[in-house]
This record gives sequence, structure tokens and C-alpha cells, in this order.
Amino acid sequence: MLRPSISIPRRGRGPLWRDPAVRSLVFQVLLLATVLGIIAFLVHNTMANLEARGIRTGFDFLDYRAGFSISQTLIDYSSNASTYGRTFLVGLFNTLLVSALGIVAATIIGFLVGLARLSPNWLLARLAGAYVEIFRNIPLLLQILFWYFAVLRSLPSPRQSLSLLDGFFLNVRGLIMPAPELQPGFMATPLALVVAVVGTILLVVIARRHQAATGRRWPVLPLSLALLIGLPALVFWLTGAPLAWSVPELAGFNFRGGMQVLPELVALWMALSIYTAAFIAEIVRSGIQSVPRGQTEAARSLSLPGGLTLRRVIIPQAMRVMVPQVTSQYLNLIKNSSLATAIGYPDLVAVFAGTTLNQTGQAIEVMTMTMAVYLSISLIVSALMNLYNARMSLKER
Amino acid sequence: MNMTIKRPWAWGATSGLLLLATMLPSTSFGATLDEVKSRGQLRCGVSDGLAGFSSPDSKGQWQGIDVDFCRAVAAAVLGDPSKVTFAPLTAKERFTALQSGEVDLLSRNTTWTASRDNSMGLTFAGVTFYDGQGMMVRKDLGISSAKELDGASVCVAAGTTTELNLADYFRANDMAYNAVSFDESDQTAAGFDSGRCDVLTSDSSQLAALRLQLSDPDSVVILPERISKEPLGPVVRQGDEQWMKVVRWTLYALLDAEESGITSDNVDQMRDSPKTPDDARLLGKDGNFGEQMGLSNDWAYNIIKQVGNYGELFERNVGADSPLELERGPNALWSDGGLQYGMPVR
Repeated sequence: MLRPSISIPRRGRGPLWRDPAVRSLVFQVLLLATVLGIIAFLVHNTMANLEARGIRTGFDFLDYRAGFSISQTLIDYSSNASTYGRTFLVGLFNTLLVSALGIVAATIIGFLVGLARLSPNWLLARLAGAYVEIFRNIPLLLQILFWYFAVLRSLPSPRQSLSLLDGFFLNVRGLIMPAPELQPGFMATPLALVVAVVGTILLVVIARRHQAATGRRWPVLPLSLALLIGLPALVFWLTGAPLAWSVPELAGFNFRGGMQVLPELVALWMALSIYTAAFIAEIVRSGIQSVPRGQTEAARSLSLPGGLTLRRVIIPQAMRVMVPQVTSQYLNLIKNSSLATAIGYPDLVAVFAGTTLNQTGQAIEVMTMTMAVYLSISLIVSALMNLYNARMSLKER
Repeated sequence: MNMTIKRPWAWGATSGLLLLATMLPSTSFGATLDEVKSRGQLRCGVSDGLAGFSSPDSKGQWQGIDVDFCRAVAAAVLGDPSKVTFAPLTAKERFTALQSGEVDLLSRNTTWTASRDNSMGLTFAGVTFYDGQGMMVRKDLGISSAKELDGASVCVAAGTTTELNLADYFRANDMAYNAVSFDESDQTAAGFDSGRCDVLTSDSSQLAALRLQLSDPDSVVILPERISKEPLGPVVRQGDEQWMKVVRWTLYALLDAEESGITSDNVDQMRDSPKTPDDARLLGKDGNFGEQMGLSNDWAYNIIKQVGNYGELFERNVGADSPLELERGPNALWSDGGLQYGMPVR
């Protein structure tokens, strides 16, 4: 029997180098080998040269006693007993502190200024415009130095402190205020707060379902505020208010007791927030302007009030434009916090890549660790913001 | 990324270039003296601005005892003290700059300590200035001793031995303190001036210099205690004996000249008719002491003629003829009861 002569294209078994799959695999393996080879070469070369020049290498130094003091430590640290490894952690926490404070403040200021720029009020819009143009066009380092020396020089000496309520003192050394001292049994209060937060989230979810089902809205805001404040307060009172305050007192040169907010921290925080807020304000403005005018008009024709239009219609759509750009501003802020060293705020660069580096002389190890930290922080922040962005992005159905 | 598959050649070429780039520049260490001679310039790391030690004057010329030491080495090696390229370095940058070969010599008020000498691939060639750490306070605090500083805030330059001595001193005397660490010494002075700290601490010679930067230099006092030994001296890379000896003998020549009374003014006369055999050997009239080091025999003559002897350097930059008006103290010659002692040229 003869089959009809239909020529079925046979899968070519031509030479291997003609096969695109094989070819791309070979190239990728080659590329990977080259990159690994370069890294291995650099590491080997560096190690050999350091060895030849009698420069100590390795990470042993992290266990040696540091012996210098640090002006702000969020974790236990003493120049007497702590190690260089500990200075790394102290610096890291200080960097995280100023970055977190900066991100929160920059976001709030940025949003307000961005909205103000679009305000129909002539004066408000011009003031916001002036803010943006002034602060984003002056180098950040100058702004840090300005705030530091402006803040410092305008404040009185410890003995002439501005005092408030006999517990808060403001002077050239910073803001000194009463510090809470936790007594046994205090932990019930934060637990109550956690319960209250979970309760609030549940409340919001249920209220939303209720609204979807019936079209009625619950007074969610007052209810959740009552829950968030009332429950911890009640527990605190029931457990017998297990909290004492250490009140600062002037003794000798300085205040004893209480806690101190360093002027370096305040100056750096202000400079970073104000500078970054100028950029965020522009992002907010461009994000809002990117929402077509028809959306506002549509909302208005449904007689939604202005505030609700902004919150429920404009901003959710503007967010999609804003989030990726705001993310890079956050990353900039974190990296810019390393300018702290100019005014003596003990961040990671000042403490670890500064003093520790200079005392141990182990530049390669210290710089590698420092860079790895900034890289990790930035990648984590990006990942979180990408997650948020994915949630905010347009759900195409 | 699709790019890897579509354009592998571009990637291959890029990585090849990178590989090439890492292999090309590899500075060889060892013969610093030959390198300096063939370059015709000495690259010298100095402080980024410390009156009396190294700071640019109103005409942009570098001035100071550390700077003059660089010039003396250039005079010895190249016969011309102007053939120096100065690299201003912060305390944090200095060792890396020397280790990486960016400078040939570090003459930057650097304290000679065991860890710096032994674990960083560096060698100290001598002591140009014996110093000690001091503390400066405002007069109106009414304090006369460092022992009364319990609880004080202290401004200090980051990454210096000063920072460690400070911690040691307060611990040894069972006192509390707050350190405020700045990156540069200028900033420590500004912080002190603004009242951020009660105390400014540094090497006492530096305090004298920083005092001049304050808005009211007469309102402060330097406390009598010296809380540490700070022998400041030039540093070179470890493993280059020849270069280390050139630097070390430059210092001895400066000291020997002062001891013999040879100055930049009378050096010609002294060379033509040396008073003692020592002078004749030092100034190259007798023997080949310069050639033994790989220099010309008039190496010391060039130093003294063009830069001066140690006493001239001292008086001009930090001593009586300078705004700092420091006493010679331990920096006097051994023959005057000080610690400075030049090894004999013979």
C-alpha cells in the first residue's frame, strides 16, 4: 500500500551548533564560568597581595575588644567589654533608626506638599512649589550641615536648658526627656495592644463585608480608635500601672537619668526627610496628574464629596504610578543616611566603616560587610515595595 | 533575561574586557626609591588641614612640619624640595592610600603604635614629633584638671588613637563621658565651639592649632594632663628596606645638622670649610654615605640648604616663629635634655 506522499518535516538532526537550545546553553555556561573565573581570580589575587605585604586578613578582628565609645547605642554596648562585631550591630541599628524615621517623615511631608502643589489656593500651591525647588536643588550634605549647625547654635547650654513640665529639657546636647522604666507585669500591655490591632483588622474586614452586603457603613474609625487606645489602657490600669519614669536631673556637666535624643540624629533626620520629601512631593503631584480628568468628573457626577474622591478614586490610581518611584526615593534616603559621618551621628559608615576600619586596618573585610548591609537593606525594601505595588496594581479581569 | 540568549557575543566581549582590565594595572611594590627617581616627583600623604603640620597658606602653598619633612625627602632623593605632589588625606583614608601605593610616604601626624607597625603592612621610619594627648575646656567651667571631667561630653576625631586613649583614660579614672566623634579635626573644633561638647581632645600640638580656629581662642584653656604618648612620625610600606632607610636618614640628617649648628644660611660655608669630620661626612665632603643609600653624596647638603635643619623646621612651623608658639619640650635635641637624637653619619 502506498501512503499519500505527504512530506512530514522531520526534526532536523543537523550539527549541534545549529541547535539554538544547545547553543544558548553553551553560551550561558561559558558566561557563568567566565564570571566565576573573574571573581576567583580577583579574590585569589587580593589574598596573595595582602599576604605578600604583611597585611592581616580574615574576620578574627570582629571578636577583638573595640575600646572606643559610641554616642548613641540602641543595644547594650560598652567601650570596656564590647567587640568590633558589636560596633557593627550598633552602627547598623543606628542606620536603621534614622532611615525608618526618615522614610516615615519624608512620606508624610512629601504627600502633604505634593497635594498642596495641586491646591487651587494660589498661596499654598506657590509655597509648596518653592519648597520643592529650594530643597531638591541644594546638595544634601550642605543641608545636613546647615541643620546641624543651625540647630546647635540656636540652642542654649545645658545649664540654661529650655525646660518643659520639669521633665523635658532642650539644649545644645539634644532633647532630654523622661525614660520609661519597665516594671514586672508590664508585658501584658503590649500584648493587649497586639490583641487590639488584630481586633481592629477583623473589624475593618467585617465592616467592609457588611457594607458590600447592605450598603451601610459602620463608624469604623471611632470604633477602632476606642479599641486601640482603650484596651491597652484598661489592661495597663488593671495590672497596676507597672511603669516608672526615670526623670532627668542636672548633675555636673550634663543631665543624669532620662533619655537623650542626640542633636546629630535630629539634624540628620530633618535633612534627610526634608530633602527626600521634595522629590516625593513631585512624584505625588505627577502621580495625581497622571489620573485622567474624566475620573474626577465621573466621581463628581456621582456626587462623591471631594475628600472621598481623592481618597477612593484618585489616589488608588495615582499609587500605581507613584509606588515604583517612591521606592527609589526610599532607597536613596537609606543610602544618603551614610552622610551621617559628616556631623558625627554614629551610623554604620561612621562607626564601622570609620572608626573600626581605621583601628583594625582591615579595609577589605569592613567595606565588604558594609556594602553587603546596604545592598541587603535596599533589596529588602525593594522586595516589600514590589509586593505592595503588586497589590496596588491594576487587576485586569 | 532574553539578552543572554540573543546577544551572547556582547556579553562574552564585555567579560573578556573586564578580565583584561583586572590584569593590566598591577603596581609593583619594592623599589619605591627607583620609582620616585624615575617619576621625578615624590607623592606624599599629608593632613587635610592642620595648622603647623600641614595646611595650605593664603597663596595655596602647603606649609607645616609634616609638609617640610616631605620636602626634605624630595630634596634628598631628587635634589629639589619642590618636586612633591601633596595628597591631603583624612585620618580614615591615610593607611589605605599608603598601602595601595597612592602615596610613597605618609607624613601626616600619625602615631606610631604596635598594631599599625605590625598588622597593616606598614613601617614607621622614625619620630618627627613627640606629642601627648591633651584636653581643652572653656575657662568659665573653672576646671583645672582632667580628673574633674566626670560626665563631660567630649568632641573627638573618629578613627584616631585619640578616640581609644579617651576611652582608656576615663575608664582608668572611673569616670563617665559622652564621645561625639567627627570625621575631621576641623569639625571637632566647630562642634566644641558651638557648645556641643565640654571638652575637645586631641594631641596637644593639634589642640594648639585648633584653638586658633575657635571664635574666641582666649576663652579656653588646655589642661595640664597628657593622657597618652603620641610619637608622630613618617610611615612607609613594609618590605621596602631601602626606601625606609632613605626616609629614616632624612630625619637623622635634619637632627644631626641642628646638633652641629648647620643651618640653611651657613651650610655653604660649612661645606667649604667643615669644622669637624662629622660635618664633612654629613655634607658629602668625605666618604660616600649618600651613595650607600642609593642617593647622591650631597643628599644632606640639599636637605639643609633647601629646607633647613630640624630646629628651623620646628621654629618656623610650630615653634616660636609660628602662631602656635609651642615649646620644644621633648622635641628638643638630646643634648638639650629632649628626646630627639640623630644617629651618626659615619
